[in-house]
Amino acid sequence: MKHLLILLICLLPTFSYAGEAKDLAEDPVLEKRMVGLAEKLRCLVCQNESLASSRSELANDLRREVREQMNKGKSDQEIIDYLVSKYGDFVLFDPPMKRYTLLLWYGPFALLLIGLVGLVIQLRKRKNEISEASLSDEDAKRASAMLNTPKDSQT
Amino acid sequence: MMRFWPFLVFMVLAIFLYVGLGLNPHEVPSPLINKPAPAFSLSQLHDPAKQFSSQDMKGKVWLLNVWASWCVSCREEHPILMDLARRNVLPIIGLDYKDKNEDGEAWLRNGGDPYTLVATDKEGRVGIDYGVYGVPETYLIDKQGVIRYKQIGAVTHQSLQEKILPLIAELQAK
Repeated sequence: MKHLLILLICLLPTFSYAGEAKDLAEDPVLEKRMVGLAEKLRCLVCQNESLASSRSELANDLRREVREQMNKGKSDQEIIDYLVSKYGDFVLFDPPMKRYTLLLWYGPFALLLIGLVGLVIQLRKRKNEISEASLSDEDAKRASAMLNTPKDSQT
Repeated sequence: MMRFWPFLVFMVLAIFLYVGLGLNPHEVPSPLINKPAPAFSLSQLHDPAKQFSSQDMKGKVWLLNVWASWCVSCREEHPILMDLARRNVLPIIGLDYKDKNEDGEAWLRNGGDPYTLVATDKEGRVGIDYGVYGVPETYLIDKQGVIRYKQIGAVTHQSLQEKILPLIAELQAK
């Protein structure tokens, strides 16, 4: 009797899990599609979280909205367009290429280019500054004479 | 000249960062400005059997104020709406967002009711249509039913005096 009771208690969590998952399991394919789309969308309340991971009320409502629109047979793009028309490009984690986002997309490359040009200019300039040291014949002779003189006779 | 470059770069960076500090990341420009206000029909707070339809407001300049009894900033905004209501310049329609009717009614009984009429959006669907992501939000809608201004967060004395009131006068004169 006691063992049976323990066994039952151990099984309790599995029951509660099944209860919770029921809602999501209603249509697992749709749910997966919804989560896939929601991961690309920003939660407006907690701005660094995606719509898929946020627990805010608004995210809940928006997930419901996405689910409903999917049920109505709308494509992912149509749903994204709908949300952008309401909340602006800000709901997209991937900002679209537009006139005012050009700097965002190409800015880093422009900076890289500026850096490279700067580096080349700097290197060229340095090359000019370092002049080849030339040695006249006389100096060369003196130098080799000094180098070849035995150590004890130098003084 | 060359040695001033790092300083110049630093200054540009500093200016960008300084400007960035002054921006509020929660103020997302609404794409709905100058677009037709989404039509809706919802039951009224004080008389749930009756409907309020946004179509009824055609031909009038009106204010749509999204609020809720659970919203903290709405308390801050409330006296300013009361002030606007006393001026009697335009109908103020309240949208009680994701709230219980009894809570909303109690809130208005206690604090005063600045609204011409209050509609209830219990499930937040109209909110989504209007791109509401933080309560309070306020929309100024013109005679043709086009959204002309959106205030994100509480209406302040400053925004009322400097933006909303002049815009109301301008839109009503049209």
